[in-house]
Amino acid sequence: MMEQHAEVISMAEQRAARDARDSGATRDGVSDRPRCQASTAADRPCRNYATDGPLCRVHAVQQGERPTPSDASPPDEGPVEHARRQGRDDAAAPAGGGSGDPAGAGSRAGSGDDGSSDATAGDAYERIAEEVRRRGWRMAIDGLAALDAVDSDALAEELSTLAGFLRRRLTGDYDIDDFGFDEDLTTNLLMPLVRPLHRHYWRVASHGVEHLPADGGGLVVANHAGTLPLDAIITRLDIFDQTGRHARELGADLVFRTPFIGEWARKTGATLASGNDADRLLTAGELVAVWPEGFKGLGKPWKDRYKLQRFGRGGFVATALRAQVPIVPTAIVGSEEIYPMIYDLRLLARALGVPYFPIVAQMFAVPVFGPLALLPLPSKWVIEYGEPIDTTAFGPEAADDPMTVFDLTDRVRDTIQNMLHRNLMGRRSVFL
Amino acid sequence: MTDARRVLITGIAGRLAGQLARALEQRDDILEIVGVDVREPQHDLRRTEFVRADVRNPLVGRVIEASAIDTVVHLSTVATPRAAGGRSRMKESNVIGAMQLLAACQQAPTVERFVLKSSAAVYGSAHTDPVSFRERSVPDATPRQGYGQDVAEIEGYVRAFGRRRKDVDVTILRFANFLGGQADGAFQSLFNLPVVPSVLGFDPRLQFVHEDDAVQVLERVTSGDHPGIYNVAGDGVLYLSQCIRLAGRVAAPVPLPFVSAVASGVRRSGRADVTMDQLRFLQFGRVVDTTRMRTRLGIEPRYSTRQAFEDFVRRRRVRGVVAREEVVRWERELYDFLQRKGQDRFLHAQRDGG
Repeated sequence: MMEQHAEVISMAEQRAARDARDSGATRDGVSDRPRCQASTAADRPCRNYATDGPLCRVHAVQQGERPTPSDASPPDEGPVEHARRQGRDDAAAPAGGGSGDPAGAGSRAGSGDDGSSDATAGDAYERIAEEVRRRGWRMAIDGLAALDAVDSDALAEELSTLAGFLRRRLTGDYDIDDFGFDEDLTTNLLMPLVRPLHRHYWRVASHGVEHLPADGGGLVVANHAGTLPLDAIITRLDIFDQTGRHARELGADLVFRTPFIGEWARKTGATLASGNDADRLLTAGELVAVWPEGFKGLGKPWKDRYKLQRFGRGGFVATALRAQVPIVPTAIVGSEEIYPMIYDLRLLARALGVPYFPIVAQMFAVPVFGPLALLPLPSKWVIEYGEPIDTTAFGPEAADDPMTVFDLTDRVRDTIQNMLHRNLMGRRSVFL
Repeated sequence: MTDARRVLITGIAGRLAGQLARALEQRDDILEIVGVDVREPQHDLRRTEFVRADVRNPLVGRVIEASAIDTVVHLSTVATPRAAGGRSRMKESNVIGAMQLLAACQQAPTVERFVLKSSAAVYGSAHTDPVSFRERSVPDATPRQGYGQDVAEIEGYVRAFGRRRKDVDVTILRFANFLGGQADGAFQSLFNLPVVPSVLGFDPRLQFVHEDDAVQVLERVTSGDHPGIYNVAGDGVLYLSQCIRLAGRVAAPVPLPFVSAVASGVRRSGRADVTMDQLRFLQFGRVVDTTRMRTRLGIEPRYSTRQAFEDFVRRRRVRGVVAREEVVRWERELYDFLQRKGQDRFLHAQRDGG
């Protein structure tokens, strides 16, 4: 039905109609065709060609419109079921099966005559009436009641879980570890808040989850981009949703000096990117995530997108070697586009004591759209976890060998750069 | 080295010193206990002899000589300016007092063991701190004011004394914040205020040690041979926000630029002694690693950080604005209500069905 509509109101047909009128119906073959007899909503004669008898396709469909679902509901159906069925789309509810396109066609069906009945819908009513006669409404009502009960039970469950959470938060009845990681807060409040961003806004697709260690220590190394470190939050959530493990991030000291950011970073399990803390986490068998590019990666200009910056001084490799845990190179595609950084106000940044002061593309849209324009762009993200690099082959003493550390750092960096290129080639567009 | 000990305790009027003296009185291998302080101790002490003297007084040297003291336990370091009557007097009594005491000990050939009650404040507080300080870890910035500076300087003198008198075993105990006693009272006085001030946007990680555990540790190092430096703290960590919630109090976050103004206002009001070095602590907190205490001293703290805090709340009757029982009751009522609802529904369905 929709396709027919689209055909009638297509530009090509309109242009053809206009051409035919402008040329004064002199063209052969065109002027012979009869026009539609009906009049439009503005009381002008319809200019479409007649197809169904004296009417065009638009008016033929409108006048043959079926009654709306509310008229069609069986008399002995309860109000609950009625409401439920109306809420569903027409595919799920058999009685409403034929009455599609309720918004478009239904509103225009002002002059629909009740007498003409659609064949398929009538069949459906017949069948339902037949079934009802045979079995009665009992079963359907029971089913819906059961559904209702289950629904409210789930709601009650949710409510008591929420009450438990609130009680714990209000009375301080929760545990944090030495690093200050508040698991209760992170999994029950913060992660559910971020999840819509992960699922629906950036539509993260992740590959190679099997490369993340299921237990024991591991070091996830990823590229950093996007002006704001949102990629760290999203990757963290992705790892948690895929494996159920909390990846503990290592952050720069600026993070922990900044009000609010430092506090929340600690509470979500991040800690200072120093050898000491990382060693402790890895030897405790935790999964650790690190972004060795740091601010150089985050605050790089748009023209350098997906170009990996220097990987620190390779401290993360030495840490992984000391703890003898695998390194998982990870490539994040899509994070570069959330805040395209056009210019870096270096002087202002130095005055404020921050590593960079970004001018992002969205700022130019602020006069038009207001602060809403500063939202990150909804790019499509792909996170790929690469083949883990085994560090046990080198032994723990290799951590003190600068050449091995440099080589391994380069290897990790090249792996991530290759993965980035591959995923960039594979994506259809930035946003889809 | 003899097993029978003659012990000198400085700052005997302090609560912790009194408990230590009482614990030592129970032991047969402690022959003599001498307590030194300027104030009369209020505790119920039996065997302990009390000498009213300042540690800066040469009398202390004569006491050490006369009683042939072999173990000196230095507990008289003052944590807050108010307790000493002003910051300059606090500094004098803390640092000069320790120097005089060490000078007296150096003269006394009988001294074999020196125990210093220090504080984890020597590590300072900074955003670059490691997750927990080990005894050997050197902080990026040593504290430059207040109590932290005092204890850092005293530790320096004690270590120098240990180098000069190689025959003396020096034990330094770095305690996390005490709760309940008078020692390190600056933090707990925050809970005397109607609302607990905190720094907006910061939530420090805190560690507490219960008095009983502190006494246990002090007794162990006084009676046994345990030279070295040890961190002493209960297990686990609490956020300040969590402490406030556990106590049922309300936080009053102060934006960073106004923190020192508010602190001096509070100090002038006389209800809490918030010093400048405490402010950094309220921003970044501090956690120490207690592995050495466990392995070398063999001490398992009886109270975790949280239990120590809850015990403090109970004993000091810290009045909560949000009562814990109330919240628990609300939750239970809601739960019961939901249960009842569910049951009603179930019965309803049964009745309808049957």
